[in-house]
Amino acid sequence: MNTALWIDVGAAAAIPSRGARRFMFRDTPIAVFRAGDGGLFALIDRCPHKGGPLSEGIVHARSVTCPLHNWVISLETGNAQGSDSGCTHALPVEARDGQVFVDVGALSLAASA
Amino acid sequence: MFDARSQRPRLVVIGNGMAGCRAVEEIIALAPDKYAITIIGAEPNVNYNRIMLSPLLAGEKTFDEIVINDRAWYEANAIDLIAGVAATAIDRDAKNVALADGRTVPYDQLILATGSTPFVPPVPGVDLPGVVTFRDAEDVNTMKAACDRGGRAVVIGGGLLGLEAAYGLARNGMDVTVLHLMPILMERQLDQSASHLLTRALAARGIAVMLEAKTTAFVGDGRVEGVQLEDGGFAPADLVVVSAGIRPNTALAQQAGLDVARGITVNHTMQTSDPAIFAVGECVEFEKQLFGLVAPIWDQCRALASALGGDGALHFQCSDTGTKLKVSGCEVYSAGLFAGHDRSEDIVYRDAARGIYKRLVLDNERLVGAVLFGDADDGPWYLSLIKSGESIVDIRESLIFGRAVTEALAGVNPSDAVAALPATAEICGCNGVCKGTIVEAITQKNLTTLDDVRSVTKASGSCGSCTPLVESLLAATLGDGFERGPSIKPVCKCTDHGHQRVREEILAHGLKSMPEIMQQLEWKTPDGCASCRPALNYYLLCAWPGDYKDDKSSRFINERAHGNIQKDGTFSVVPRMWGGLTSPAELRAIADVADKFNIPTVKVTGGQRIDLLGVKKEDLPAVWADLGAAGMVSGHAYGKALRTVKTCVGTDWCRFGTQDSTGLGVKIEKFMWGSWTPAKVKMAVSGCPRNCAEATCKDVGVICVDSGYEIHIGGAAGLHIKGTEVLCKVTTEAEALETIAAITQFYREDAHYLERIYKWMARVGLDHIKACIVDDSNNRRALHDRFVLSQRDAQVDPWAERANGADADEFTPLRPALAEAAE
Ligand code: FES
Repeated sequence: MNTALWIDVGAAAAIPSRGARRFMFRDTPIAVFRAGDGGLFALIDRCPHKGGPLSEGIVHARSVTCPLHNWVISLETGNAQGSDSGCTHALPVEARDGQVFVDVGALSLAASA
Repeated sequence: MFDARSQRPRLVVIGNGMAGCRAVEEIIALAPDKYAITIIGAEPNVNYNRIMLSPLLAGEKTFDEIVINDRAWYEANAIDLIAGVAATAIDRDAKNVALADGRTVPYDQLILATGSTPFVPPVPGVDLPGVVTFRDAEDVNTMKAACDRGGRAVVIGGGLLGLEAAYGLARNGMDVTVLHLMPILMERQLDQSASHLLTRALAARGIAVMLEAKTTAFVGDGRVEGVQLEDGGFAPADLVVVSAGIRPNTALAQQAGLDVARGITVNHTMQTSDPAIFAVGECVEFEKQLFGLVAPIWDQCRALASALGGDGALHFQCSDTGTKLKVSGCEVYSAGLFAGHDRSEDIVYRDAARGIYKRLVLDNERLVGAVLFGDADDGPWYLSLIKSGESIVDIRESLIFGRAVTEALAGVNPSDAVAALPATAEICGCNGVCKGTIVEAITQKNLTTLDDVRSVTKASGSCGSCTPLVESLLAATLGDGFERGPSIKPVCKCTDHGHQRVREEILAHGLKSMPEIMQQLEWKTPDGCASCRPALNYYLLCAWPGDYKDDKSSRFINERAHGNIQKDGTFSVVPRMWGGLTSPAELRAIADVADKFNIPTVKVTGGQRIDLLGVKKEDLPAVWADLGAAGMVSGHAYGKALRTVKTCVGTDWCRFGTQDSTGLGVKIEKFMWGSWTPAKVKMAVSGCPRNCAEATCKDVGVICVDSGYEIHIGGAAGLHIKGTEVLCKVTTEAEALETIAAITQFYREDAHYLERIYKWMARVGLDHIKACIVDDSNNRRALHDRFVLSQRDAQVDPWAERANGADADEFTPLRPALAEAAE
């Protein structure tokens, strides 16, 4: 188990519907997505195919299509869908009182190790 | 005086609302004579059904009809009711409750059922008369009095309760507007499609809805006159009803030192951190959840009764509940989860003719969520499947059609199922065609194909969702004589419709938004995918110029960020150089920008302009600002749009030039830039048949000759290499411009998204294009005029807009609060 490390990444209103915003945690890019049904998700912003920036993709249902070669990645699990296989890391995310919090605990351990 | 009743232990309930009284009822049912019961209620009224406030407001019920427990009930059960006096403190050591009138009430067991208070946004003007909440009978009286005066009402909050309030007010003759903070109505229960349908249904009932509307103040002179919105808008109002959520009433519990988070925390038996004190209803927090709906609160009451009056074996658990909107004529039901599960999958069913939308969310062969609009009869059935968590593999195919169909088809394979249907069974819901009619048509008119059946009976001619059924009927009726016809290639896996059909329907039904298209054409996914959304966005933009608001979230990143994404995530920037002309000032500005922003690569493109490669996304607006200051605009090198108009130098300099090809190229580009097209469009103008501008491999090319201009179309020099075909020859520049605009508009209106001109031409035929543009001069002029019209809104430089701050979020990363997390 990793220790949780929740960080406040900004106002929930700043994550556009069917869109994403990105931030850097140490050297890792993290994308925060909002699905069409309002759900918030966070993934490491690197496509399992060739590292494309998922935050720039089109969000549909609970997936995002990578802008580079159209792999479809689940926002929930970070897994590639359909016949493609691969996975990027999904991070816990929560909105509290209008702010978005992402648990980067998993990364902070990795980074300090 | 209370204890005179007996030597029984004293049970005191603070709160005379639904939860408190229900808990008491449950306790009495289990243990009729166990306690001497006292209920303390701050409201002077007896206990009434708050859920019925909406029908009370709508005038469908009277107050007497919504009373649950009248005075007689308290008497019959020997309950001492202390009404109209608030409890002010709990002394846990002495075990008594202090009342506002100075009395104290001793207890052995205490139940807190203090309920909740409406949340009112902390903005100026909340205290103005005319601003009310929607919580109790008193509020309803105030609202009804306002309705008698008539006028405009604003409801803040588009959740379940807010919409019911809006409906009640509209029924009472008010002009109602609902302001909702989120982009989706009832966002905890609905998705965008259902929200869209609900918005339409409400509009038909005289209720306007404004989404993403944030209230900044209530305005008025001595009385509310309207609501000020953050975006500068103003909603005039004679009455404002705030229904923006609830906050549990925890003050008493907090003072008494009980554990309180957002609500009073309780365990499975509803016991608080003090074993003698229990809590129930909207004031409670259990497993981090708050409760506003009736079903779980009733469960709490039963668990509480088991603890205080029974063996304590019944535990409260959070379980899924269904939500139904009580607005007559709008059937809306929602249950379970919509997000947050591994590998969840959607089944979507839409019936445009009957205004139905259903979405089921599956997770690992189990049903986990359901949203129903227009036909909510099966809601409780879906809820029971969600709760039971049983596998739905065997009924997956028919699940979306509801309980009756699923049970009828249980264990039957699909073609047997069709054969088993009675002749009166409706096959095509859109056109009301039943099985008997179709079978009769097939046998009597010797129909053999789906198209035959469509043209004779209209079955499967509208939405097409019954196509598989009709095919099964054909197969069953004809046996081996039936061959499935070539099917139209669908836009993507979200739909069975092809591009052409979608474009036709947009115009035929006046569909002006993406949710409308998806509903009308019965999309199978909640919000499309990365293939269909950009296509639909383009079709809408083309069909309703100036009217349709471009949907950023449906654009590929290049068109959203107005630059070409490179494999390392940076962008390239290509400013327009009209007809390939540039100037020392422009070149200097480009050089300065490259230096200032450390742009690693500067390259001349094949389209006669300059590409700056490797620009960081955050720098884009500033780069554009500098280029804009030197007079340059976006070159749309990133878009499905007009790219370049390549030219040679023409009569000005060339000894062979026959016309001013550069001048014409510049005119074309200035006339046509900014237009969005199904796929990219490249043009060129060559000043003589030597064709230095390579016009004969462009989408549209012009070759100047002594007697005028040859207009070419349908070339390509990419993955495919193809020379152009000659469309026609014209004699003046004006005719050339008109013809080119007409071709482009024809292509814009007719082609499939991502279909280049040469592919479109191969599909519809050069002769057809000639007939429409060259031979039919009225049509040519009409096309040209529509192009001009659409350009009115298209020729806004996207770079200048963004350099001036538009879409700033797109180009700015989030800045996390932790210092170590900053970039
Ligand atoms: S990098 Fe994402 S699909 Fe190739």
